[in-house]
Amino acid sequence: MLTKRIIPCLDIKNGRTVKGINFVDLRDAGDPVELAQRYAKEGADELVFLDISATEEERKTLADLVKRVAEKVNIPFTVGGGISSVEDVSVLLYNGADKISINSSAVKNPDLINQLVAKFGSQCIVVAIDAKRINNTWKVHLVGGKVPTEIDLFDWAKEVEDRGAGEILFTSMDHDGTKNGFANEALAQLSETLNIPIIASGGAGNMDHFADTFSKGKADAALAASVFHFKEIEIRDLKNYLLERNIPMRL
Amino acid sequence: MKIVIIDYGAGNIQSIQFALQRLGYTAILSSDKNIIEQADKVIFPGVGEASSAMTKLKESGLDTVIPGLKQPVLGICLGMQLMCRYSEEGDTSGLGIFDVDVVKFSNKVKVPQIGWNQITDLKTPLFKDVEEKEYIYLVHSYYAPLCEETIAISDYELLYSSAMCKDNFWGVQFHPEKSSEVGERILKNFVTL
Repeated sequence: MLTKRIIPCLDIKNGRTVKGINFVDLRDAGDPVELAQRYAKEGADELVFLDISATEEERKTLADLVKRVAEKVNIPFTVGGGISSVEDVSVLLYNGADKISINSSAVKNPDLINQLVAKFGSQCIVVAIDAKRINNTWKVHLVGGKVPTEIDLFDWAKEVEDRGAGEILFTSMDHDGTKNGFANEALAQLSETLNIPIIASGGAGNMDHFADTFSKGKADAALAASVFHFKEIEIRDLKNYLLERNIPMRL
Repeated sequence: MKIVIIDYGAGNIQSIQFALQRLGYTAILSSDKNIIEQADKVIFPGVGEASSAMTKLKESGLDTVIPGLKQPVLGICLGMQLMCRYSEEGDTSGLGIFDVDVVKFSNKVKVPQIGWNQITDLKTPLFKDVEEKEYIYLVHSYYAPLCEETIAISDYELLYSSAMCKDNFWGVQFHPEKSSEVGERILKNFVTL
């Protein structure tokens, strides 16, 4: 049986791991390669590296970081942040990334999704969507959540699937950094209307939040950063806890 | 021990080289016919889309080299699928080593299948010291149905071939290089065949 996945996310800036509280006010939480190895050993199913400075700043070190991670880590990982062309993706996959994620560049140029899928296949193309609820509708935001758009989350998610993306990483900006749980209602709606896997992101604070996002939110995977970085939740404990609640997990 | 990973520009291949490195083996990447033919073990990787990968194989003449190899060959993921007769993905004729056609999962399940699933009914020394129901990492939208050459089964919507073997040719749908210690065991088994 296919298991649900637990995915620690490592936000990267200048080659170091950081985690923003509501995307602002960054804290330093260690060396990405060391952290990645620790997570793999502790039972993480996958890792996500997001270069959060990438859309605004130079990020020449990313390919090198990807290579160093691929050398040391024996579980899959996704790389995102500032990817805007077929060439960007080619370099990252060649250096050992298993999947790449695009966000703002897909909104600005939706055809990029089709191009990437045609060249590399759906299975390695993740589209990340940051959204925030405004007047009861979920609006897509760009550039690490800084720039609001008029685009509806569910319309965009459907388009992303139709264009061939293999997976959606949905971050609720209302929940991110709050530690009050994931956006399960929106997640369930995504999962029920789409036929590609959905990764829940934003709001993990305790183990019940993970259980809820798999059962109520119908998520295929759950991503979190600070609860893992600061050892508030141990991955092994979390997976045992979820297994006891009949959520399929790899131990 | 000369291990060659066929480099035909299809996606993530360094990770296989790195996985072998972690096991203490040096593998080289090559698209050269002579180097490939003289290797002790050949790994045929693939991440990406079937028809464009097949086009690249044909451009470099590797489509005729691979089926003629005599040493153990391991196709991984798309590599395994291209070793089949045909793939629905991009209406692609394969290398015809495994006598089966690759088809797409239906919309009853989420496609692609991404994540960790189990392998059962393990056969051949490729799975030496690997327990039934171990977890391996998969990411794919297309699958090879069960056939005579099946040597490991996974369950997603239906039972399908998670690994196949015919003569000196082996294929795995999962990514051993990304399947933690279990995957490393399987890679080691292949290298020591």
